[in-house]
This record gives sequence, C-alpha cells and structure tokens, in this order.
Amino acid sequence: MKIAFSASEQSVDAPVDARFGRAHYFMIYDSGSGEWQQVENSPNLNAVQGAGIQTAEMLAGKGVEAVITGHCGPKAFRVLKAAGIKVYTGFTGSVSAALAAYQSNELSEISGPDVEGHWQ
Amino acid sequence: MKIAVASGKGGTGKTTISTNLARVLSLAQKTQYLDCDVEEPNGHLFLKPRIDKTAAVTIGVPAIDENKCTVCGKCRSICSYNAIVALGNCTLTFPELCHDCGGCFRVCPSSAISEVRRTVGEVETGRADKIDFVQGRLNVGEVLSPLVIRHVKKYIQPDSIAIIDAPPGTSCPVVQSVKGTDFVVLVTEPTPFGLNDLKLAVDMLKTLNLPFGVVVNRADSGDRGVFDYCSSELIDVLMNIPHDRKIVEAYSKGELAIDVIPELKPEYLNLFTRIKERI
Ligand code: SF4
Ligand code: SF4
Repeated sequence: MKIAFSASEQSVDAPVDARFGRAHYFMIYDSGSGEWQQVENSPNLNAVQGAGIQTAEMLAGKGVEAVITGHCGPKAFRVLKAAGIKVYTGFTGSVSAALAAYQSNELSEISGPDVEGHWQ
Repeated sequence: MKIAVASGKGGTGKTTISTNLARVLSLAQKTQYLDCDVEEPNGHLFLKPRIDKTAAVTIGVPAIDENKCTVCGKCRSICSYNAIVALGNCTLTFPELCHDCGGCFRVCPSSAISEVRRTVGEVETGRADKIDFVQGRLNVGEVLSPLVIRHVKKYIQPDSIAIIDAPPGTSCPVVQSVKGTDFVVLVTEPTPFGLNDLKLAVDMLKTLNLPFGVVVNRADSGDRGVFDYCSSELIDVLMNIPHDRKIVEAYSKGELAIDVIPELKPEYLNLFTRIKERI
C-alpha cells in the first residue's frame, strides 16, 4: 500500500507541509517494499486554480491509498474521496514521525475537508 | 466617447471622481455611468440609482452523464482550468472552476457531456437622475470578473459619454475594463505608495497603447514624488483635488461632492475639456 506525505523538502526528515495542493514535494512510502519515492509537485503547485484538485489526481494516478498532510480543502477532498484515498490531516512533525504515527494507528482519518478552499 | 477611471490601488478616490464627473456631464449631455468594479461596486452609494432591470450573467458548465462516459479523459486533457478530473473509474467536474471555453463539449466522443447554465453574477441597469446607470456584480466566491465586466460594457451606447469605473489594480479585470476606451483617467495620491501603484498602472496603459492622464487626489498633502514623476515622464496632470474636509464629509455621508461644493463643478468640466483635447 502506498502512503503519500506532503513535504516541504525531499527528505523523510522534512516536516509534513501544512498545505496539500501547494506543497512542494510528496514523499510516497510503499509499505510492501518499504521504499520511498519522491515526487515534485511544482507543476500543480503553480496552477492558477485547482492546485489541490490536480495534486489529488496525480496521487490517485500513482496508486496512493492514504494521504497525510496538514490541511485538506473541499475540492481536493472530493477528488481524494472519489479515488478512495483516505485522508489524515493536522500532523505537524517530520515525515518519518508521521509514518510511525500512522503505523501505530495514532492518526485519525477525516471524513470531510478541514479547511475552506484556497488553503489547499 | 468612452472614458475609464482607474487607479493602481484602492482608496484613491476613483469612485468620487467617476461619479462626480458623470453627474456634471449628465447635466448637459447624454451620460452613462458603468460600474465595472464588479467585486465591490460602490458608485450606487453616491448616485443612488433606481434599478429597473437585473440580468443574470451565466456560463455553460459541463454535466457528465456517468452512464455514457467511458472515462477516456479527453475532456480533462483539453480543460486548461483544472475543472475536470479523470480518475481510473470516474470523471469529476468542478463547475466553480469552469471558464466556459466549450472545449470539453467539443471533444467528448460519447456525447456524455451536457450543458448546465450556472450564474456567476448580474448586471443591473436603471437611472440616477439624468444618468443612465449600469453596474455589474460578481457573486461571492466566483472568479470570472472579466466576464461580468464584458457584459456590463455591452450596455455602452455610442451616442453617450460613457464613464467606466474600473476596478483598482492592474490585473485582468482592469485590462478588461479599460480595453476599447478612448481615454483613461488614472487617479492617484501624492504618497510613495500612490506613486508606486501609479507607475504600475502607467506601464499597463502604455502596453495597451491607451491615452491617459492623471488626477491627483488630496494633492496638497503628501510629497512631490507623483508630480516629479509625471513631469519627467511627460504625463498630463489633468486635475488636482485639494484635501478638503467638506469632500471627506460628503463621501462619508454618501453624497456627491459637487452637490455639496458647487465650486467643484467647473473643475470637473475643465477635466472633461482637457480629456476631449486629447481624444
Ligand atoms: S467548458 Fe472549458 S473550462 Fe469549462 S470544464 Fe469544459 S473545458 Fe473546462
Ligand atoms: S470526454 Fe466524454 S467520455 Fe471521455 S471522459 Fe470526458 S465525459 Fe467521459
């Protein structure tokens, strides 16, 4: 299973980026192989509108099944939900700490967007 | 004759100038006032028009029939506004991002997309004494200001003097408002901020190749920067409005300055004469 973390730098030690659609990078962890993949989000991050939508679509295309980020707006949430991706928000530590918290079931899944649009 | 009143930033007195100018001109000739500051139209506060008609501004947005859609993704690829998302098993639309380009309707091979009308704003028309009054209003949360502005400008009558109150700034809605006008009046203040935003507005108008001049509000306060800039760039300063408590009071009560201070009338007529000389 693939889990995506919004990240401000391309490292597992980087903090989870509070923004989803306008995050600079995503670190994707594959729990099957135990490997990390780094994805640059710049094409989406610079979108005039719909950055969150595009980011969600990109992650769905990569077969991600869970997203861990700071906040998630309504449009991105709609896409993630339609793609069957679980969303966990509000985490502020590093990517590796977020993975550990996820693996020990300390994160709670959200059932709706936790911010208004434009946060993304 | 189409005259736009614009400013590089908000709060410079743009609405004061445009409403007073419209009122003065309407006493002698057919005059229109068109409020293109569609995110925050406020000319009506001073002109107090009677609104006779309201027309919705709508766009055609896609609605996808899941039963016909094969999720081929063609609509998504053509949409430059991120209004459509194609996931593996379904296609989602975001009508609030749609810019009405028509692309997705054209490319769908399965006739799965039908058009739904969606209202993004409105144009109100009426009269304010002798002024033919038109104002656009963008609905809250919508993004298509330029579209609403285009609809407002459709009401311009060639045999009238049209005073177009443009939004502040130098972005798309401003360009849409001043485009096709015969002259642009730039309203500014003699402060470093005023000068900075004036320069941006001047650059925009030079790019658009439109004739323009400057009106300096609260001209006797602040510094010389704006005046020095205008003289070195050979920009006409068409009118200086002194800082006057009576003008400020009229504004705060929603009254037109020329109604309270009749001595301002010849000043506005003179402004118009100077604009005419340039057209
Ligand atoms: S009409 Fe144009 S902007 Fe609107 S959804 Fe279709 S392709 Fe996108
Ligand atoms: S182009 Fe038509 S068939 Fe293809 S994904 Fe879009 S709506 Fe579905």
